[in-house]
Amino acid sequence: MTKPSPQELLSRKKVIDVEDLVTHYGERMILKGISMDVREGEIMVIMGGSGSGKSTLLRHLMSLETATSGKMSLLGRDITELTLKETYSLRKKIGVAFQGGALFSSMTVGENIKLPLREHTDLDEFTMDIMARMKLEVVDLAGFEDLTPSELSGGMLKRAAVARAIVMDPKLLFFDEPSAGLDPVVAAQLDELILRLRDAMGMSIVVVTHELDSAFRIADRITMLDRGKILMVGTPEEMKASDNSRIQNLLNRRIEEEDLDPDAYLRRLTGEDQSNERA
Amino acid sequence: MSEQEAQQGPIARRIEQVGRTTMVGVGVIGYCATLIWESLYWAVMGKAMGQPVRLNAIVDQMMEIGIRAIPIVSLLALAVGMMLAIQGIYTLSIFGAESQVTYGIAFSVVREFSPLITGILVAGRSGSALAARIGIMTINQEIDALSVMGINPVRFLVAPAMFAMLIMMPCLTFLSDVIGLLGGGLYVALDLKISLSAYWSDIIKIISNGDLTHGLMKSILFGVLIVIIGVANGAGVQGGAEGVGKVTTRAVVQSISAIVITDMFFAFMVTR
Repeated sequence: MTKPSPQELLSRKKVIDVEDLVTHYGERMILKGISMDVREGEIMVIMGGSGSGKSTLLRHLMSLETATSGKMSLLGRDITELTLKETYSLRKKIGVAFQGGALFSSMTVGENIKLPLREHTDLDEFTMDIMARMKLEVVDLAGFEDLTPSELSGGMLKRAAVARAIVMDPKLLFFDEPSAGLDPVVAAQLDELILRLRDAMGMSIVVVTHELDSAFRIADRITMLDRGKILMVGTPEEMKASDNSRIQNLLNRRIEEEDLDPDAYLRRLTGEDQSNERA
Repeated sequence: MSEQEAQQGPIARRIEQVGRTTMVGVGVIGYCATLIWESLYWAVMGKAMGQPVRLNAIVDQMMEIGIRAIPIVSLLALAVGMMLAIQGIYTLSIFGAESQVTYGIAFSVVREFSPLITGILVAGRSGSALAARIGIMTINQEIDALSVMGINPVRFLVAPAMFAMLIMMPCLTFLSDVIGLLGGGLYVALDLKISLSAYWSDIIKIISNGDLTHGLMKSILFGVLIVIIGVANGAGVQGGAEGVGKVTTRAVVQSISAIVITDMFFAFMVTR
């Protein structure tokens, strides 16, 4: 399946809709008014340097954090208006592959994959076994169900985490730094898997990464974050063609050269900057 | 900075520090109260919310907290019973009242030593294990993974441990009562040449239901303390493996301190 055109993409339904999201960590402002959306069947890559707020944004999108202000809807539901039961019910429709896998070390790979089924369905053991094996087939890990997570390599661990994330056939899938710590070949395999999940299963996928190659290979659109604000949202081609110097610096791995402003420097040293941000 | 500000600086900072520490303390107490409340909530409402507290999870925890602790609890209870008999006979011999040692053993074991020793042992075994488990799961994002899978972490991890503790602490304490009294009896029988059956019938006459309940109620309280202190420390882990080590140690020290202090207050309020 080829990438959808930008026009076609924007005509699709929104699965995530964020409006003016502001969030603080303690007294420090991390996200400074983020507005973005993710469309049905789209792979949205969130990029940015260290400290840009991309991991915090991901935690909000996964409804793990509460924002200071702003609106967010997930699969058409405003998450601020959900009851506890509705929140848990909504979370069954999303899947997350965490950076380190986050598989439960006390369980085998198979048990890990079956856990959501065991908790949320009344399926019998035999059916759950079959479903776990099916998902392991999808991520090319057939036959590994009896191993413990500590017996898997980094790439296998991430794929096993994907198998667990997709076991409930979610509509929305999140990946946190899928390529981090993997060699280029294994990282490319994981990119292929992400594309396959979108194409074969029609999932909407949000990927947080700082790996440029991976981002350009898989993204339908990229959201570029910088210091808690959105620098640009666009297709990889639009991103490459952008004349914004900060984007070009990030894309070409150039170190940011800031004009030395003595007043700003003094404000940073005295901490005035932070107090302003807190306000 | 003005001269006045410079003078107020250290005092203001100290007051701010006290304020911040108080806030953190209140936050921790609130968190612990929430853990107890949520555990009860999920036990009662879990089924209706589609999140039942699983019986097999409780049984697993009962095995870990209770059954596997039986050998060490028995050994220590036996030793404590004997120790009380040795010291009791020595002290009472000053007044020539060695035969009254049964009173000392009966009350001390059932009201005090059994719940205390069991509490300290379970804090060392299971409180530390709980803190380490929750700590490692927090660091590895496993707690986040549970949340995004729609599985409430308190229901899944804390509630089973809490219920297992509520069931197993009194059971272990009762076992410790019996073995402690037996330990004391063995020494008394040897030293004072009294038959074991005469010792037992004395013990049964001396101990009332109130004494037994006193010890068992305390053990339940200790169990709750061990779970909430273990979980609160584990969930508050910071850093990597070193952080887990720190919270595990802290959980054990805090649990044992809380057990001994609570024991004193309980004894004061109930005995007087």
